[in-house]
Amino acid sequence: MSASGKEPVAVVGIGQTKHVAARHDVSIAGLVREAASRALADAELGWQDIDAVVIGKAPDFFEGVMMPELYLADALGAVGKPMLRVHTAGSVGGSTALVAANLVAARVHRTVLTLAFEKQSESNAMWGLSLPVPFQQPLLAGAGGFFAPHVRAYMRRTGAPDTVGSLVAYKDRRNALKNPYAHLHEHDITLEKVQASPMLWDPIRYSETCPSSDGACAMVLTDRAGAARSPRPPAWVHGGAMRSEPTLFAGKDFVSPQAGKDCAADVYRQAGVTDPRRDIDAVEMYVPFSWYEPMWLENLGFAAEGEGWKLTEAGVTELDGDLPVNPSGGVLSTNPIGASGMIRFAEAALQVRGQAGEHQVPDARRAMGHAYGGGAQFFAMWLVGAAEPVS
Amino acid sequence: MPATPARPVRPATPSAPPAPRKRRYAREVAVVAFAQSDHRRRTDELSEVEMVMPVLHQVLAQTGLKTGEIGFTCSGSSDYLAGRAFSFTMTLDGVGAWPPISESHVEMDGAWALYEAWVKIQTGEADTALVYAYGKSSPGSVRDVLTRQLDPYYVAPLWPDAVALAALQARALIDAGDTDEQALAAIGARSRADAAANPHAQLTGVVPQGDHQVAPLRTGDCPPVGDGAAAVVLAAGDVARSLCARPAWITGIDHRIEAHGLGLRDLTDSPSTRTAAEHAGLFDGPVDTAELHAPFSSQEVVLRKALRLGGPGDGVAVNPSGGALAANPMMAAGLIRIGEAAARIHRGASDRAVAHATSGPCLQQNLVAVLEGDRA
Repeated sequence: MSASGKEPVAVVGIGQTKHVAARHDVSIAGLVREAASRALADAELGWQDIDAVVIGKAPDFFEGVMMPELYLADALGAVGKPMLRVHTAGSVGGSTALVAANLVAARVHRTVLTLAFEKQSESNAMWGLSLPVPFQQPLLAGAGGFFAPHVRAYMRRTGAPDTVGSLVAYKDRRNALKNPYAHLHEHDITLEKVQASPMLWDPIRYSETCPSSDGACAMVLTDRAGAARSPRPPAWVHGGAMRSEPTLFAGKDFVSPQAGKDCAADVYRQAGVTDPRRDIDAVEMYVPFSWYEPMWLENLGFAAEGEGWKLTEAGVTELDGDLPVNPSGGVLSTNPIGASGMIRFAEAALQVRGQAGEHQVPDARRAMGHAYGGGAQFFAMWLVGAAEPVS
Repeated sequence: MPATPARPVRPATPSAPPAPRKRRYAREVAVVAFAQSDHRRRTDELSEVEMVMPVLHQVLAQTGLKTGEIGFTCSGSSDYLAGRAFSFTMTLDGVGAWPPISESHVEMDGAWALYEAWVKIQTGEADTALVYAYGKSSPGSVRDVLTRQLDPYYVAPLWPDAVALAALQARALIDAGDTDEQALAAIGARSRADAAANPHAQLTGVVPQGDHQVAPLRTGDCPPVGDGAAAVVLAAGDVARSLCARPAWITGIDHRIEAHGLGLRDLTDSPSTRTAAEHAGLFDGPVDTAELHAPFSSQEVVLRKALRLGGPGDGVAVNPSGGALAANPMMAAGLIRIGEAAARIHRGASDRAVAHATSGPCLQQNLVAVLEGDRA
């Protein structure tokens, strides 16, 4: 990102909570403090080293707190500092990281703490998303009802066999077993069990659906001088972008939204990526329902149109495949909604730092973090690398 | 409209020119256009999209730019006012985000959306930005709704409303000898008299001070509850010069937050406002205009002190638009302060202005922007 005179941005600290269905042992403040403290410890920095805090989460209705950043200022060491609150629906975790990165890139601040969270056990996310508004399209009992017809459209358009979705779920749940922070650790998972799970929103089965999680994710972003002091290898931001398109209009392609294509193209341009399939070593992709893996493989340019499901079927996206997708277990295994996008960004950074533990992709040099939200209309992505971007 | 004349605009004093603009950031960025709705007690007949769209059209028309020509778009709003999750997604449809745009949203007052947009322009990734904000308070009781932004475990269950919390602050000010009920009444009266010249204001002219809402605050010390929207266009350097005859350059902008617990703060002071002002370079020179987001008359007293504006009659036009006491559309009122200050620079009524926005109970979070016009 330094080609245009911007300050290079490095990820030097990453912290997550162990994601679970309900963290009854901590308040919302306790939850975010845990992730932030771990990110600071990873960076070997203290609260006093942080110049600003950028926080994101999905709708305030999920916890029933209006603008919770006001209440969380103390827990995040933000008192006396600038604090921004981002909300871009499901893409928010990614957007939040990008807003924080821009503060460093613009040289407005040198070291920024960014954090995203959701404590879904405080209420019920499905109904939080389903508040009826006159004359507006309802989400049809949660996100699954909204997205199922678009999955069906993808299957019809590409001729993908109806077995592909379960392959994704089986892969992601097995990957999650290697990630100590993942919510779902299904030790007895089998492909047959996924295929035998109840149909929720045809063609989406129970085991092809993301869980509701309590969790938080934090990162410390800093400039070149900060990266030089980092005790562990930094992940460098090589490109980042956001794109949005309207929810409802006649020309919208819900299967492969133009905003997603444009966003990826912008990131690749910034990062000098010409062949994403070859140039990128690992992808953390926002896949809340299993079929979105083949759909996004096409949308992000990793496969030609209509070919995404073939990569999944051939095992290309497995942890030991040539394009591992969601080595962490992904959103299908861990979904604190507001944090899910930032977890994708952070997991991509862990990969290029070589810090991903058991789910590390060997020699990952460049990795992509991807998030989307709303009616597949908000996109946020970044590409991080082990090497400092060439200026 | 009431016939109260507008406060005459003070001409810039030739003997005390503003300090020359300092380059503290990578790029020069200016507010080049501003539009707002007429703020009203209720807008039952309008959806949020219908309320926002005319304002978006007006602000773009001022610059001649189309949605697709804007480099970055950012908005501020609150799901809790709309009563539903992801409420801003529909408003984005009103922007006409096709082909797809580079866009973001803050769950904050639009002043912070403007800050995010300003940062984006500073990175060099955009030369122009559209910023908008809106809020409809009429569908519910905003006094009740705002209690939901307090500490959810210890404070919110008691439902202390925004007027009661502001009254605690006002009482602390009176006890400290910083003001009295008469001085507060004068702030309300001055604001609404000034608002007579503002066609968008909700309350204008002679408004009786009224009875205590929560002592010591009377009706006239409290903001009207209403619906409204606002939008601003930002542009960098020569693009700004090409879009606006007299751009309002943002020579400094900063924001700070304080502890949430009221017991942890000195309510008679606003250190976060002071710190933001220092970082924005406010104290490098005099200002002739101050647009302060002070929803309660008592909060103007606090902000005047933090921003070193002196008292009434000290020469700075404070809230010549009427301020938040004349119109306080939630989530837009802070952005409107920046827009009003910029508009005065655009029309030559100000050379150096300070704009302020606030969020949270009793001025917990504050943003300060310094705006300057080129000298003739």
